[in-house]
Amino acid sequence: MSEHILLPEGSIEKQTTTLNLGPTHPATHGVFQNVLELDGERILKATSTVGYIHRAFEKLAERRPLYQITPITDRLNYCSSPINNMGWHLTCEKLLNVQTPKRVDYLRVIIMELARISDHLICNSIVGVDSGAYSGFLYLMQFRELIYEIYEEICGSRLTTNIGRIGGFERNFTNTAFEKLEKFLKEYPKQLKEFENLFTRNRIFIDRTVGCGPITAERALNYGFTGPNLRAAGVDYDVRVHTPYSSYEDFDFTVPVGSTGDCYDRFLVRNEEMWQSLSIIEQAYQKVQEFKGKDAEVYHADVPAYYLPEKKDVYTKMEALIYHFKIIMGETEIPAGEVYNSVEGANGELGYYLISDGGRTPYRLHFRRPCFIYYQAYPELIQGGMISDAVITMSSLNLIAGELDA
Amino acid sequence: MTNDIIKQKLTEKFGDVFTEWLEPYGMLTFTAPKDLNVKVLQFLFDDERLKFRFLTDLQAVHYPDRKGEELAVVYHLHNLVDNVRIRFKVFVPVEKPDVFTATSLYAGANFMERETFDFYGVNFVGHPNLIRILNVDEMDYFPLRKEFPLEDQTRIDKDDDMFGR
Repeated sequence: MSEHILLPEGSIEKQTTTLNLGPTHPATHGVFQNVLELDGERILKATSTVGYIHRAFEKLAERRPLYQITPITDRLNYCSSPINNMGWHLTCEKLLNVQTPKRVDYLRVIIMELARISDHLICNSIVGVDSGAYSGFLYLMQFRELIYEIYEEICGSRLTTNIGRIGGFERNFTNTAFEKLEKFLKEYPKQLKEFENLFTRNRIFIDRTVGCGPITAERALNYGFTGPNLRAAGVDYDVRVHTPYSSYEDFDFTVPVGSTGDCYDRFLVRNEEMWQSLSIIEQAYQKVQEFKGKDAEVYHADVPAYYLPEKKDVYTKMEALIYHFKIIMGETEIPAGEVYNSVEGANGELGYYLISDGGRTPYRLHFRRPCFIYYQAYPELIQGGMISDAVITMSSLNLIAGELDA
Repeated sequence: MTNDIIKQKLTEKFGDVFTEWLEPYGMLTFTAPKDLNVKVLQFLFDDERLKFRFLTDLQAVHYPDRKGEELAVVYHLHNLVDNVRIRFKVFVPVEKPDVFTATSLYAGANFMERETFDFYGVNFVGHPNLIRILNVDEMDYFPLRKEFPLEDQTRIDKDDDMFGR
């Protein structure tokens, strides 16, 4: 920075340049606008504009019964929709006091960790792309495809999954789903290892990312950072450990932390989290396989008032027909109360603040979107850096426009 | 640290100004007078025992039936050391929704307060840049208030008396 030459005072009228980075720019991976004040290529000041894809989810939710809100949550962080879905189901279950069976918890853990892997692999390989290393992206992208195939086998869709129901899953996992999971568990570690070999000790990559967009632990906490970005700054806060949900307390895993909070640490933390997720999936799969006989058929809690009955029962049993009608029309009894529940999303603490007045829809629903909260640190992170640092910082923060704007 | 200790500490410091002590689903919830919001946040932040130094979330709720205190601003705080969460609310009238800003204490409150202003019109006194964030700048109403029902109320083709609000 010291060698940088400033033009003499008054030599031209305005010494800085104003540049719009975004709203649509190939380097921003989404709809982000930043008005940059530049001196040469140095960023002096940045002003972020958000809200280009705001869809009023909180207002929409005030008009929908609980089960119709699940598809809304898909569209928050669409790189890991299953985590959002599960977070929403867990919130409803907390409000309704529904206890889920262990097998459901473990199946949910498998799905959530797969989603975390799919999110982190995109983020990390995009950091590679933005720093000029395209091949890592191509290596990992095919594995997101394998994860999406598993989703497809379980719920029928790939990106916006709408997976699971209040109390469990809509159907049991098929054998094909487990076969695909085994295939993924067998093949992915090799590829991830190769990806790490390409990047972690790569001189160009290290030079490019170390010291780029750093944040101290104190600032990160003050800004409300959560998730991998906070852990990269050195704070070991993980909702899965602090407030275990869905039986996370049964699993053995470590929470990786960084120290400097720069792009390189965020990259390393995400990579290590993928390894931990793989280990959690393996443990969960083992536990799922231990269920034998009737227990191995359990895929939802026994809560007929909230869990949609099977179609064949609706046609043959009076009780199932009544519950089917009540659930679809949103006429189930919902207790009044207010509940805050959070899960460890791929970007951080994804919270749901739900106020119910006993009506068919929430009185108020607020999503705590981790992206939205840590994005406000972005101007501070890129100040004094180059434009190319701003681009790589943005991708390593893993900003997802859907989560930002809700 | 239990909820009783937090309650006791707060009452010792501020006296009997807090109301509506509740514990829905285990989270301590109380209501503070609206002028005290930043003082309460500061006390919770500074106190060596309480250490509520992480602002998890900040938003508002509209209760049109609570005359004179229609808007509630809700703070969720987290003590990351002892892993305790609390929630507190301040109520303000919808005609003059003035609340002191928490941005001096939490940098992260900036966007959250802008969002709350954007949707509920809560005026955070002292906020450095209180402008709309998600909605268009030209909007002249606060869309998440309850007087704006989601569906077009002029529709006559749909009888919605039985279902829905």
